[in-house]
Amino acid sequence: MIKLTEKPIDTQEVLRQVSSTQAGAVVLFLGTTREFTDGRQTLSLNYECYANMAKKQLTELDAEAHERWPLVATAIVHRIGQLQLGEASVAIGVSSAHREDAFEAGKWLIDTLKEVVPIWKQENWADGTTEWVHPMIETTQIRPSPPKQPIDKAE
Amino acid sequence: MKVKVKLFAVAKQLAGSETVSVELPDDATVLVLRDAISDQHVQLRDVIQRAMIAIDTEYVRNDAAVPVDSEIALIPPVSGG
Repeated sequence: MIKLTEKPIDTQEVLRQVSSTQAGAVVLFLGTTREFTDGRQTLSLNYECYANMAKKQLTELDAEAHERWPLVATAIVHRIGQLQLGEASVAIGVSSAHREDAFEAGKWLIDTLKEVVPIWKQENWADGTTEWVHPMIETTQIRPSPPKQPIDKAE
Repeated sequence: MKVKVKLFAVAKQLAGSETVSVELPDDATVLVLRDAISDQHVQLRDVIQRAMIAIDTEYVRNDAAVPVDSEIALIPPVSGG
């Protein structure tokens, strides 16, 4: 199962998707929204994606995981939109006959997702500022020009 | 040819719009596209240096061609998960 959703992630559904009598191990990874990053306090987060490409990339990662490890089933769900603290932004479920494969594949899936899948996080800081998070770019050094149109009306 | 480039996250914020139009020679490569975006939309000059380009939802290298009528997107470093 590959899914992008604006609703809270149903983790039981993710587990159901990967549970099987062929599996001796089921691993569930949840990425959750953290309150403090380097001492700065977050109030909430927004996630934006390039939906067509993100789905395609996730499907490719999923297929590659199945090629690399003998897995029974996989499920990847990413939340889009506004998230409150503590909510899951991503869920990855992996099942396999033996636990090593499920742990390794699950770690590879989340690590690779964070590197390649076109999804972006915006921090809404407690000091009232907002900031897009882009590894390798100091976005605070980029001075935004005033938007010509409301950014929320995207797509 | 004139192409539209989809923008996301900080690139969308900097441009103040979801897409920008870019004028290109007909046989343009991705490298030519990058330079054209920098020249024609100076507010994206910093971010384009760290961004990837996707054509028809696949990442492409700088020497790839930009086909007519393709879906072009500027992908700033991703931060999902």
